[in-house]
Amino acid sequence: MATPTLEKTDGGAEPGFADSPYITVTFRVRRFNPEVSAEAEWQDFTFEMDPKERVLDGLHKIKWELDGTLTFRRSCAHGICGSDAMRINGKNRLACKTLIKDISPEKPITIEAIKGLTVLKDLVVDMEPFFQAYRDVMPFLITKDTNEPTRERLQSAEDRERFDDTTKCILCAACTSSCPVFWNDGQYFGPAAIVNAHRFIFDSRDEAGEQRLEILNDRDGVWRCRTTFNCTDACPRGIEITKAIQEVKRALITRRI
Amino acid sequence: MSNNTVKTDTTASGIGPVEEAGASPYSADNPAPVIEPPRKRTKKTGRATRGNFELYAWLFMRLSGVVLVVLVIGHLLVQLVLDGGVQKVGFAFVAGRWASPFWQVWDLLMLWLAMLHGTIGLRTIINDYAERANTRVWLKGLLYTATVFTILLGTLVIFTFDPNIR
Repeated sequence: MATPTLEKTDGGAEPGFADSPYITVTFRVRRFNPEVSAEAEWQDFTFEMDPKERVLDGLHKIKWELDGTLTFRRSCAHGICGSDAMRINGKNRLACKTLIKDISPEKPITIEAIKGLTVLKDLVVDMEPFFQAYRDVMPFLITKDTNEPTRERLQSAEDRERFDDTTKCILCAACTSSCPVFWNDGQYFGPAAIVNAHRFIFDSRDEAGEQRLEILNDRDGVWRCRTTFNCTDACPRGIEITKAIQEVKRALITRRI
Repeated sequence: MSNNTVKTDTTASGIGPVEEAGASPYSADNPAPVIEPPRKRTKKTGRATRGNFELYAWLFMRLSGVVLVVLVIGHLLVQLVLDGGVQKVGFAFVAGRWASPFWQVWDLLMLWLAMLHGTIGLRTIINDYAERANTRVWLKGLLYTATVFTILLGTLVIFTFDPNIR
């Protein structure tokens, strides 16, 4: 079937379509292998697949059946581990949550590594600067009480609701690597680190909110946010990232002024 | 994968695979350099805490922006629209206006707010787009020099303006 047909075929009126759901797709992948060439280049893979499958299935097909040298990260393959964020048709998405039929498969589907981080090979980037920013906001519970607790730290449903949105982060880096400020200056904390700071700053059980706010008040902290909403658009978990950043800004302002 | 109708069609694309790059100087033992992003965050990335400067700069942009909307639109109306339009503007008109402390304060406020607003905005742009540390220092030095000069000169003129000059 050369014709990519997305619409349902009216209850199988056309017999040709009823048998085979497959369409021909072209994956245009940005390849880089430092052991072969210093230049990255595009490579096309054309094959047939079900449009109801995901981009990750296409990448698997390439790696398993067409070209075993294609390198990419994936672990759970179900949108939880956050390892297969990539730039698909110019937008950061998880390959395992993007269906072929949703990204106009009649045209070549471009697949690149996420931007703003060092590309090590093909779609694999060095995530270390990203995780360094994450570590720098101290993403763990800190309490002033040094005694070991004898029971659970309880919290009301409303208190939990306060930071519910930012607990959803899977650290896939889709937001940080879609941020134009981060592209130009990797020392900016980036949306993901701020989201994870937000998760603890607004947690009623945590007692180091002040410290985290101080860290984000830094030159490379929340004030560099340009409110472009790229991060909110990119987030595969639908976290309202820009709103979270604004809430951190507001906390900083109301605390001191 | 239930699909067995795989078609390999990499040659028809006109874009060759990386491996066909010919005699490459790079190998597994001698890999090509990777392209590092500008200003990477490392363990040593300084906590250059400068108090609340960034916070105040951010707030100043919002507040001065609101005030400037009023000041600038008022300024444009008075200068260009009301009472005969732009034709009336001349030495006598300016002298007459600056005889009143109200317009002196108006113009002074507009001068300071607009200059600082623009300076902070440009500083943001320089921070965003100037990659090398040296370029940043020089561009910002130039910017601050120009700002201080313009603000001082403007303030001086507003306060020492002599309508009987010539």
